[in-house]
Amino acid sequence: MTTQHDIGIRVNGVLQRRRVEPRTTLVDFLRDELGLTGTHVGCEHGVCGACTVMLDDQPVRSCCMFAVQADELRVTTVEGLAPERGQLSKIQDAFCEKHALQCGYCTPGMLIACQALIDLHPHPTEEQVREAISSNLCRCTGYQQIVDAVMHATSPQGQAHV
Amino acid sequence: MKAAPFDYVRVDHLDAALTLLDAHGGDAKLIAGGQSLVPMMAMRLARPALLVDIHRLSDLQGVVRQTDGVSTGAGVRQAQMESHADVITALPLVKQALRWVGHQQTRNRGTVGGSLVYADPSAELPLAAMVLDAQIHIQSLAEKRVVPAAEFFLGPMFTAVGDAECLTRIDWPVWSGGHVGCAFEETAIRQGDFAMASAACQIQLNAQGQIVRLSLGAGGVSGTPLVFGSLTGSMIGQTLTPESAKDLAQSAARLCDPGSDMHAGVAYRTHLVGVLLERVLIQSAQQASLNAS
Repeated sequence: MTTQHDIGIRVNGVLQRRRVEPRTTLVDFLRDELGLTGTHVGCEHGVCGACTVMLDDQPVRSCCMFAVQADELRVTTVEGLAPERGQLSKIQDAFCEKHALQCGYCTPGMLIACQALIDLHPHPTEEQVREAISSNLCRCTGYQQIVDAVMHATSPQGQAHV
Repeated sequence: MKAAPFDYVRVDHLDAALTLLDAHGGDAKLIAGGQSLVPMMAMRLARPALLVDIHRLSDLQGVVRQTDGVSTGAGVRQAQMESHADVITALPLVKQALRWVGHQQTRNRGTVGGSLVYADPSAELPLAAMVLDAQIHIQSLAEKRVVPAAEFFLGPMFTAVGDAECLTRIDWPVWSGGHVGCAFEETAIRQGDFAMASAACQIQLNAQGQIVRLSLGAGGVSGTPLVFGSLTGSMIGQTLTPESAKDLAQSAARLCDPGSDMHAGVAYRTHLVGVLLERVLIQSAQQASLNAS
């Protein structure tokens, strides 16, 4: 039996205090401890990108770190993207508009990866979008619609839509 | 795919980390970014009894421009290094190499020192360290020592860092005097995947276009990254032509010892590394002839 640790992580603006075993990954903490099941668990070894969240505003893979490492840090999950409950963020709306999802497994990770890109480059080139989502696997869309969605969300036309 | 149970300590001082390593021997592991260690723990290829978290140690932070180089703390994130002004201007080869390291998401967590101590034979930062002859600072409770990159990488996932030691800083030499060019090329099955082969080159020319200094290396084609000092030494004073670049690249490729897997056999990888080496030679020489200062 290993020593448990008391940690506090600010998730989507709310400070969450829990006692965790060191081996609990951040993604398992979000899903199992906090019930935030929007973040998906895919490969569990840092390849698929489905578990991507923002850690202190930077996209990271939440399966590749333990919750204890995120103590005192800020996390944003897919649940934290929309401005209000029942609403969609600009990029979420563009995903609907451009059919950028099918089965939905990669979608939370894709949304975070795309939002992180837009935060850094409000008007990305198609090449920048492709590089940004190269970290995330999607087996349905062929990626083109995801690229279209980001271009739509960041174009003057897409911005006027919301 | 869950790690085996372990104990965890986050330390605030390097001495505290070194004391724990000293007390636990090989059962304790340092963790900073964890982008290699955590997947290995998930697959239970690694089962440390204790993780010592060093990611908040200020001793391991900082990118410092020095007269003849740039010194980076081992705990500097790869993404931080990639966007640092001194790295962009003074260490363009490292900047180019970092673009190939995993993805943005892993570079945001992964550290420069972590990539070196993990020593994957196909990793980019170890190759850049070899080509630039980086000086690597290692510390234990008992001593501090500096190891040149050529003596640091001992085999796949195997370095000069002992169980009770911590890699603390890396000094990356900067070539002064102008007419310096560099290039980094890599081929992988998918963007961000392990390199099937990679090549890196840094070259300095004089005003007449003759080679003053040349360092050429390859990754993913041996147990450690390789540099080809025995071949590049004889190029000093010569002018790089398409023919001599090809000859040099082919000679270097013959010194490589690539493995074979489901994606490509030995013959393909040997051919591939020859092509990449030729490209980095030509590209870096072209760049050097344009860079007057």
